[in-house]
Amino acid sequence: MSSKPRDKRMTIDEIVATLEDGMTIGIGGWGPRRKPMALVRAILRSDLKDLTIVSWGGADVGLLAEAGKIKKLVYAFVTMDTVPLEPHFQAARQSRSIPEICEWDEGMFQTGLVAASQRLPFLPMRAGLGSDVLVNNPDLALVASPYTDENGHHEELVAVPALRLDVALVHLNRADEHGNASYLGPDPYFDDLFAMAAEKTFVSCEQIVDTAGLTVDTPVQRLLLNRMMVSGVVETPNGAHFTNCVPDYERDEKFQKHYAASAKDPDAWAAFKQRFLAGDESAYQEAVKAFHAEQEA
Amino acid sequence: MTDVTRAEVCAAAIADAFADDGEIFGSPMGTLPMLGVRLAKLTSNPDLVLSDGESLYLGGVPPIFAKADVVEGWIPFRKVFDVVAYGRRHVMMGATQVDKHGNQNISAIGPFDQPQRQLLGSRGAPGNTVNNRTSYWVPKHSTRVFVEKVDIVSGVGPRAAKQAGPAAAKFNDIHRIVSNLGVFDVKGDDDTVRLLSVHPGVSVDEVVDATGFDLHIRGDVPITREPTEAELMIIRNVLDPKNIRDREVPPVGAAK
Repeated sequence: MSSKPRDKRMTIDEIVATLEDGMTIGIGGWGPRRKPMALVRAILRSDLKDLTIVSWGGADVGLLAEAGKIKKLVYAFVTMDTVPLEPHFQAARQSRSIPEICEWDEGMFQTGLVAASQRLPFLPMRAGLGSDVLVNNPDLALVASPYTDENGHHEELVAVPALRLDVALVHLNRADEHGNASYLGPDPYFDDLFAMAAEKTFVSCEQIVDTAGLTVDTPVQRLLLNRMMVSGVVETPNGAHFTNCVPDYERDEKFQKHYAASAKDPDAWAAFKQRFLAGDESAYQEAVKAFHAEQEA
Repeated sequence: MTDVTRAEVCAAAIADAFADDGEIFGSPMGTLPMLGVRLAKLTSNPDLVLSDGESLYLGGVPPIFAKADVVEGWIPFRKVFDVVAYGRRHVMMGATQVDKHGNQNISAIGPFDQPQRQLLGSRGAPGNTVNNRTSYWVPKHSTRVFVEKVDIVSGVGPRAAKQAGPAAAKFNDIHRIVSNLGVFDVKGDDDTVRLLSVHPGVSVDEVVDATGFDLHIRGDVPITREPTEAELMIIRNVLDPKNIRDREVPPVGAAK
């Protein structure tokens, strides 16, 4: 018998084939940073519908909203940083095309993911108190502290419900075939929490290396995901494009600008979709290369 | 000095908002707040802890938007949330709307269910305002920004915090609102926005006309101080030699 853990390598399409209509999907990364865009693009190509999307959002949310995939959106912001407002997300909100909207405070997200990862029903927090987060999310309840504070009050805090996920999709720099994965950039974001809040986690990565290779020139603290949290792994070079995946690559600002400008005009958007999103991931990557060659010409 | 620009006055006013903070994380959003916080660190409050706005605590004080030279710590987003709850932080956020009671909106304009204009979302404003000191920066003071009542409460003002109970009010601390016209706090009667000073060349009437609610004004309103020679040297030669500040607050009288 082999003592090696199992090989979890899959293709993008195999991963997306495991997803089902109506699932709650958490998308890792942060805004326009290290988003599992190759997997998001594969969802765009699929027949999946009625998804609940949980994301500190960027173009992942915009693209899924535009494609009509989202039934319920849980977010604290949707931004592309250098383009502050995501045009598809804006249009979706302003035309009310996403049936259910949950706008939370961005720290509440972390608390909700921690609660889910620890299999707790909720965790208490101050964020939300006094704000319209509680007005616009009438399901959010308060919980009284069983203890008194220094003034004798039983403080009433927000009971942030566990953000349980059916599936988490995350993109990391390196992984092995078993699902151990490392981030090489400055910020882990919350990809480990997404993974632990989910029934199943699929990791896309820039490069699959052997297990020893994960720490050969990299401190062990960079290993964010352990294989017990991971159901499948896929190598998708440039798979976070056009978000960043430092140090492998920075955000593609030129492309992002083109995306944002196209998204504001129906004809330009149709052309963008035809050019970049009509084919599979390798067609996308080829089209991006051609786009840059054209820009430089 | 007669050639001090409005942006430079704003930078000094923002620096003053962080002068008495001691050794806490000064967390600015936007160009002028970044400039003002770094100015405070180089003048009134060298103990301030600064970050690059991404994931590093800065050991030095590089020019705005420059990369870190010396790094003194690690502050990824998850640790930002830790520091928010820990409380040793003063954030200066933007505000699409601020109302009479110091509530702030960055979420959307119009009804939440179907806004006329969706903005960023509430981001960290709800958590910031009930956990750590919070100030606001408004580069273009107008009746569209300073409104009677915000459409959506993202950042919680002191009155709303008190109404929400002790857990909300305990650490609520809306410190300053700095605009291109003046400096404010939320210590007017019934926790309303109060005019603390008008910038040089700005009249009280001008501020009143550009504000969509009745400002609390007590007695003669002082004029915001001008930056010192040393501060101007730091702003112009060290922190913002490319004059990025004028893009956010154009010099008065400059073509629009």
